[in-house]
Amino acid sequence: MAFVAAVSKRSSVVRGIKRPSTPYLLLIPGLAWLAMFFIFPLINLAGTSTQTPGDSGEVGVYVQTFRFANYIDAFSGARDQFLRSFFFAFIATVLALAISYPLAYAIAFKSGKWKNLLLVLVVAPFFTSFLLRTVAWKQILGNEGPVVAVLKFLHILGPQSGLTASAFAVVTGMTYNFLPFMTLPLYASLERIDPRTLEASSDLYANGITTFRKVTFPLSLPGVVAGTLLTFIPAAGDYINATLLGNPRTKMIGNVIESRFFDIVDYPTAAALSFMLMAAILIMVMVYVRRAGTEELV
Amino acid sequence: MKRWLSKNLIKVYAFLAFVYLFIPIAYTMAFSFNNAGKSNLTWRGFTFANWQNPCGAPQVCNALGNSLKIGGISTLIATILGTMIAFALGRHRFRGRSSVNLLIFLPMATPEIVLGASLLAMFLNLGINPGFWPTVIAHVMFCISFVVVTVKARIASLDPKLEEAAMDLYATEAETFRRVTLPLVMPGIFGAALLAFSLSFDDFIITNFNSGTLTTFPKFVYISSARGIPPQANVIGSTMFILALAIVLTGQFVSNRKNRV
Repeated sequence: MAFVAAVSKRSSVVRGIKRPSTPYLLLIPGLAWLAMFFIFPLINLAGTSTQTPGDSGEVGVYVQTFRFANYIDAFSGARDQFLRSFFFAFIATVLALAISYPLAYAIAFKSGKWKNLLLVLVVAPFFTSFLLRTVAWKQILGNEGPVVAVLKFLHILGPQSGLTASAFAVVTGMTYNFLPFMTLPLYASLERIDPRTLEASSDLYANGITTFRKVTFPLSLPGVVAGTLLTFIPAAGDYINATLLGNPRTKMIGNVIESRFFDIVDYPTAAALSFMLMAAILIMVMVYVRRAGTEELV
Repeated sequence: MKRWLSKNLIKVYAFLAFVYLFIPIAYTMAFSFNNAGKSNLTWRGFTFANWQNPCGAPQVCNALGNSLKIGGISTLIATILGTMIAFALGRHRFRGRSSVNLLIFLPMATPEIVLGASLLAMFLNLGINPGFWPTVIAHVMFCISFVVVTVKARIASLDPKLEEAAMDLYATEAETFRRVTLPLVMPGIFGAALLAFSLSFDDFIITNFNSGTLTTFPKFVYISSARGIPPQANVIGSTMFILALAIVLTGQFVSNRKNRV
């Protein structure tokens, strides 16, 4: 098996050498687009982040003064929202993992001929708009919705209290909205496991739990890493769930960046916060990937 | 009973997870039949009126049209550019390969709000007003990476022996590509295009930054959510859901048939 793979890899290498300019011609248009509209804006944003208001005092006009203290000011002004973003994203990621792992496991090993259909059903809810789904949760959990009515009937919830406009609702929405990003990579890595390794484990007198702990779970680790990253990253930067399902005390860093940009027209602070968010996420991703020991992400 | 439960625990769990997944969909669909009047927050009786007149709410079809146009153009450009990169990465060895991989990975690891804010800041600096084309540019940018990853996976799964066989039968490199490689990669390209379209159609954060006063469908839902979205938006959401499901299930059915032959 390994030998065949090695040989076929060699042959594609040989073919690639034929015309050395081809790959670059294929790359140029796409990479140019990314350079112009991804890399350059980031560099430009780095410049904006150290600007200060101009002398004219006009709203939205800033001049470059390389004031790096902007970062300290920006962070001290939004520390709570920063920590909250990572905390909410962390809880949502853990919940999504708890929901997705058994689901992906069931689809990979227990679904037989229904496998493909079930996979489609996992993704299907996400064919409707992200916004529509979040608004639906807002109304389902809302004061006029069915969940509150049942909980009030059972006296679990007091007559004056509700579920929305709370941290609970924000995390619920986040968990739901990023679920397929967790389930699909988990499924992909579970499905790849050779069932014979599981049989070998039980032949060696391991019980179900030991097999899972020592064989299945370690082999599915690449999926766990990819899934948690794909859930955590968008969750940490999200502000839709916090806006629609939260209250002023559940604002996340995305809310702050958005309002700095549009309401206050404070571009330098918005830029500094954006960079800190990006840097924090990249550092966490690198540490996490290194600890988990999987380099192949793309 | 207890034994049955412990044996099928994971299936029960998976079933409950599916129920959870479909709650908001069922809700959205049900309220597309609501005789809403002014507020679509509570159930006020069954009607087909919203389905008969999906453009009945002001602005909703205008927003939908904008989303479809932006999605169509962005998908076309992103699929072409992304597929080219995927072929370069999947079929060629060259210097700077790992830098290219990094450049593809980075936009996916960057929070949407940073992508949106940085692009808008650049457009403003250059004196370009946000609107239709800046939104298209932004959507192409974040869709490219997803296209590359999807198509690359398909290329990697191809059996190189098929292309070698074509070459052995005296097909030129161009003929081999056109008659063997491309048809084999096509399902991957089609899947990537569907993914790009759904990402573009569904995007709110980056669009909100770069579209100015232009309304897209997600923006429409966001703006009108304060008073409960009109049932016509539920009609459109349900239709999109059914259409997408039909496309995917048809694709599965066709590929199953092909595999059997």
